[in-house]
Amino acid sequence: MKVWFSLLAVIILALTAWVGVEILHLNTLFGIIIPYTAIAVFIGGFIIRVVRWGKSPVPFCITTTCGQQQSLPWIKQNKIENPTNTWGVIWRMVLEVTLFRSLFRNTKTEKIEDKLVFGSAQWLWFGSLVFHWSMLIILLRHLRFFLNPVPGLIIGLESLDSFLQIGVPLLYITDVLLVAALTYLFLRRVMIPNIKYISQIADYFPVLLLLGIAASGILGRYVYGVDVAAVKELTMSLVSFKPTTSTTIGTIFYIHIFLVSSLAVYFPCSKLMHAGGIFLSPTRNLANNSRIERYINPWNYEVEKHHYSEYEDEFRDKMRKVGLPLEKE
Amino acid sequence: MYNSRKIIIGLVIFVLVAAFPFFINVGKTAQPLQLSLNTPTINQLEKKECIESADYMRANHMRMLNEWRDQVVREGNTVYTSSSGQKYEMSLENNCFQCHSNKSNFCDSCHTYSQVDPYCWDCHNGTKGAGLKQ
Repeated sequence: MKVWFSLLAVIILALTAWVGVEILHLNTLFGIIIPYTAIAVFIGGFIIRVVRWGKSPVPFCITTTCGQQQSLPWIKQNKIENPTNTWGVIWRMVLEVTLFRSLFRNTKTEKIEDKLVFGSAQWLWFGSLVFHWSMLIILLRHLRFFLNPVPGLIIGLESLDSFLQIGVPLLYITDVLLVAALTYLFLRRVMIPNIKYISQIADYFPVLLLLGIAASGILGRYVYGVDVAAVKELTMSLVSFKPTTSTTIGTIFYIHIFLVSSLAVYFPCSKLMHAGGIFLSPTRNLANNSRIERYINPWNYEVEKHHYSEYEDEFRDKMRKVGLPLEKE
Repeated sequence: MYNSRKIIIGLVIFVLVAAFPFFINVGKTAQPLQLSLNTPTINQLEKKECIESADYMRANHMRMLNEWRDQVVREGNTVYTSSSGQKYEMSLENNCFQCHSNKSNFCDSCHTYSQVDPYCWDCHNGTKGAGLKQ
């Protein structure tokens, strides 16, 4: 049910763009206004989410560690798994963001012959690694539509991505990898009963939306044929804030850009914010140095204290009168 | 906001990265793509039309040429029948370049603009009747 709802939502989004451009000819709306709005919502929403996280206090030093803590000099510290300083935290964060090390530790629990068995399960790690890296390369490749002249780095990346020279236009390896990885990530949620049980619309929808974006992009590039130069004229006009519309670009391009805009709007309101959230995770961004430096809970209130010397100052005369011993005469 | 210095630095980096194409291009005038049809053969034509409609050619010429290559090299079929029923020779040099003899102002201007690097030019050197590169 949740799967069908998500699929239906993506189909409705694609149909909206199709109807809007093919029948109602709202090229300005779908080519200029919606993309601009989507980018503004994406950046603004992203900032709001991060600021909100920044406002919530972290009462304890709650780093998660899985290695030897800094201890006696002859005990070797695991500096990546258990960092005690900022550089260690940065290095651990870089590895986490680029290689998903904590996902690599994913385990699977199974019951085999009445025994509970734990085993490592790296397919999820592998699938998401392939997806995220393909996504990054695809995003970078798209910069050829937004930069004129195109920098050599992007040209190099693109020729590397298409070096198999299959078909015309050349097949990108990352296109295949992205679709394969997304298909795996989707099927995993549908086929494995216990994962299906905990999956929500918020889990299915982004995967299907990304698949829709990939499909519309691939169809535009390899099947329907989109006038790429006209697309670049449109995108360049958008990024230089002098928008112009084009009527020669096929509808599949507008479907693509509308689905991308939907993703951009959906991004800050959804679990996709893990992109920013990873950097604000207290379990990841704190150094495990609570035995070296005192961790102050930011919501600690000021404790009113009345020191003995102040007490004595206050009652000195009375104390002297009844003959109590005084520290200071 | 706690750790506001670090968070603000992070957010500034995010905005710079996310809106990077805007920062690079703002204020610049988007150069319109210029395709030159000013060649002696095209100027002599009464009806200036390609073998298919311009829109179709813009989006699909690469697919057409790829198919032509397969047809000529593998099937030995050298005649292309256009959608209007006219017959053309399936040849880049003997057909396309007859009119579009200005590779640098026609083919290249679009290819460079949209960062396409077709490997056609590995062999075909872009002038009519010049044959293949040795």
